[in-house]
Amino acid sequence: MKLAYWMYSGPAHIGTLRIATSFKNVHAIMHAPLGDDYFNVMRSMLEREREFTPVTTSVVDRHVLGRGSQDKVINNITRKDKEEHPDLIVLTPTCTSSILQEDLANFVARAQMESEADVLLADVNHYRYNEMQAADKTLVQIVQYYLKKLTEPPKKTEKPSVNILGMCTLGFHSHHDEKELRNLFHDLGIDVNIVMPEKCSVHDLKKMPEAWFNIVPYREIGLMTAEFLKETYDMPYTAIAPMGVVETARFIRAIQTMLAAMGHEVDYEPFIQHQTLHVSQLAWFSRSIDCQNLQGKKVVVYGDATHAAAMTKVLVREMNVEVAWAGTFCKHDGEWFRQEVAEYTKEILVTDDHAVIGDAIARVEPSAIFGTQMERHVGKRLNIPCGVISSPIHIQNFPVGFRPFLGYEGTNQIADLVYNSFTLGMEDHMLEVFSGHDTKEVITKSLTASSELDWDSAAAKELGKIPGFVRSKVKRNTEKFARDQGLSAITLEVMYAAKESVGA
Amino acid sequence: METLVQPTFECETGNYHTFCPISCVAWLYQKIEDSFFLVVGTKTCGYFLQNALGVMIFAEPRYAMAELEEGDVSAKLNAYDELRRLCLQIKKDRNPSVIVWIGTCTTEIIKMDLEGIAPQLEAELGIPIVVARANGLDYAFTQGEDTVLAAMARRCPSEEKVTKIEAKAALEEKKGGLKSLFAFTKKETKEEIQQEIEAPSVSHAPLVIFGSLIDPVVNQLTLELKKQGITVTGWLPAARFGELPVINPSTYVVGVNPFLSRTASALARQLRCKLITAPFPIGPDGTRAWIEAICKALAIEPKGLEEREQKVWENLQQDVDAIKGKSVFMMGDNLLEISLARFLIRCGMKVQEVGIPYMDKRYQAAELELLEKTCTLMGHPAVRIVEKPDNYLQIQRIGELHPDLVITGMAHANPLEARGINTKWSVEFTFAQIHGFTNAHDLLKLVRKPLDRNNSLKSMGWEKLVQEV
Repeated sequence: MKLAYWMYSGPAHIGTLRIATSFKNVHAIMHAPLGDDYFNVMRSMLEREREFTPVTTSVVDRHVLGRGSQDKVINNITRKDKEEHPDLIVLTPTCTSSILQEDLANFVARAQMESEADVLLADVNHYRYNEMQAADKTLVQIVQYYLKKLTEPPKKTEKPSVNILGMCTLGFHSHHDEKELRNLFHDLGIDVNIVMPEKCSVHDLKKMPEAWFNIVPYREIGLMTAEFLKETYDMPYTAIAPMGVVETARFIRAIQTMLAAMGHEVDYEPFIQHQTLHVSQLAWFSRSIDCQNLQGKKVVVYGDATHAAAMTKVLVREMNVEVAWAGTFCKHDGEWFRQEVAEYTKEILVTDDHAVIGDAIARVEPSAIFGTQMERHVGKRLNIPCGVISSPIHIQNFPVGFRPFLGYEGTNQIADLVYNSFTLGMEDHMLEVFSGHDTKEVITKSLTASSELDWDSAAAKELGKIPGFVRSKVKRNTEKFARDQGLSAITLEVMYAAKESVGA
Repeated sequence: METLVQPTFECETGNYHTFCPISCVAWLYQKIEDSFFLVVGTKTCGYFLQNALGVMIFAEPRYAMAELEEGDVSAKLNAYDELRRLCLQIKKDRNPSVIVWIGTCTTEIIKMDLEGIAPQLEAELGIPIVVARANGLDYAFTQGEDTVLAAMARRCPSEEKVTKIEAKAALEEKKGGLKSLFAFTKKETKEEIQQEIEAPSVSHAPLVIFGSLIDPVVNQLTLELKKQGITVTGWLPAARFGELPVINPSTYVVGVNPFLSRTASALARQLRCKLITAPFPIGPDGTRAWIEAICKALAIEPKGLEEREQKVWENLQQDVDAIKGKSVFMMGDNLLEISLARFLIRCGMKVQEVGIPYMDKRYQAAELELLEKTCTLMGHPAVRIVEKPDNYLQIQRIGELHPDLVITGMAHANPLEARGINTKWSVEFTFAQIHGFTNAHDLLKLVRKPLDRNNSLKSMGWEKLVQEV
């Protein structure tokens, strides 16, 4: 047993469902008790989805527990098959139902006999894998399932082409990143063959080997698929995240090398030069006078392996900011992370314990934090600004405007993020020097200034409980009501009566 | 002769969605200020609390997960030792007055004997441990609170040993003098309210109200009863674990929420209290009926209630006019559905379907009776009540019925809006102040908001956005 207050990554079934629901026309059946099905809420709310989330819970209740869930699960699969005509139905248990140790593979085999759709059991150990690992595993499982039907590998496309692996729902700014990557490949003269799993049909998966190479923008999801395609179809891949100008250049050069190995000579250097110096503002920005104050600043970085490593490099190599420590919650990928950031920071933390991270922040007292929502809150308590660079996702990570982290436009966003985080810090400092925007003491009374009204202690207490942002409105309305009624004292009763009459 | 319109009941036993009953932790830990809630469950439970409910555990949390790992599930580890280790840690870090263990589906399935372990550990640690099995195998969303209160009811003292402490507290309050006058602390003082309302209090049997409401609503309802000369002995839960009300066979008990049937039965059957079956104090009609039922049980003649209700209706006229004649479909989520349906029918709305996760006809008997009466009064056809509804089939029915408003869980709201159907999150009714006369307006505001908003959006029009002016 572990005392846990906060989790940086979700349980395994969330990963599986992120993959299943990203595909077009795939339905997931969750074999789970009531309440385990909050994935539907997360996806519908965070992504502002217009479609119903294609996940149905086959509810496990006390009754089902007593009788066994076989019939119910099979019925639900065949029912969805008829109702929605999906191409594929993925069955997944949760941490809870996986301990029932039912023969779900057998359920799937039986349901398959009665279904038009393909039926697949997501094969994940719910106590050993976290959300990202499960997503990675489910993705490769689906790819293998559809590619094994392929008798001979298809021909490569005429022009160089790429598959983008691992873009899926509820990712950190991933819709924006996808768009930016498409722009980038357009500029490089490379066709995008398949982006998957987001909005990809499972029937298109067999076209994957037609591409010349694969990319895995976030190593958390898609790496297993890239490895599988490399082994089976000898497709090269790169898992460099093109984040920041240096890494984006490295990413493009890796592509150039892969293409050259396949007999396609290109020279992307002029493109990299142009983008780095003229399109991306990051390099110039960090040399501009605005950023003089970044000199000697100390920050800390924490997030998933991809974003934390990339951000550390951007800060040190491109913005001349010292990273006191860099950390990740991707414990399963700790070795890679250590190697990546070793030369850029003195201290490396690989932990998913938020208290350890909180203490490490307090110990270093950085000028800014680049972390997750959790570190943003730690920062609030310590009065240190924080830019959010990584999941766990939050509604704020689904901005309506275009905010990629990858590619050259991504570098501009990162520059803004870094600068805005620091200005807040500097502004704070200036405010202290000039004793704030405004004097702290309130000189004028409230707008009503109704000294003739006497709030008794219970009513005053009640008023104190009302949230600050409406308190003065409630106070005004109550006092207005009291004056209209010719009352001089405000009691609880008067307050409630005022609320009833004016809806204060 | 009056013909009564009886609601129809069916049980669809479908695939439906509600939040997990462990959600109750989110509001109960705030309500019981000196408590610590320990949810004994998996990562799935933890991620839910953190994410779906938007309850982020940022500062000084008073609840946590005892996250079950592979060794716990395969019973390689001893549950007693593990819980002991965690609770010692909690005692050291937070020193709460009570630790509430929330059992989950997983503890049910692996048959972890929480109730057996708790007394031993309680003796060892010297902190009361209350065990509630708020699991999704047996319960839906709000019923989580029911399991906690039912367990806590058994911890209520049966005799007045509390009085000393109260007297001492009152004394300290006085000693505080000026300081206490200005201390706008959270600590609510029943005495204060009692002093200020100059209603002659009548001698009557002790009355305990069960159900967790936020302090202002507790005050409002206490005040409302005070006007009838009724003194509320205490509330379950109280703001502090040590302030649990005295409960014994002479105590009358009444609930404020329709999802508290287990608490009701624990109080009535195990503790032999006298349970007052009443409609719930939601809407002026329900509030009046609730107070009347209490008065009747305590043999007190209610006074001025009819006028009080009438006055509230007058204040609500504008809201009522806005929703009158509109149709509403409730997909079912928090078990408040019957009370809401009854109130909305009384406001002149047409209720097309009432989905509900669980229907306890005995505990809700008075509410169902009032629903029937209200239907007759308003000329509303029989209400269709669907227990454990199938969400997919409901959406087909919504497609056919085209309701003006659907009250639904969060997962279905955006897709329904995208199909041109007004929605309101059912969860808002769980968390908003909707009880009593005072909050009837707020309740109707919740119902009006989507209708008003979409009317004003409609006047903006999608076409105008794409056409040249």
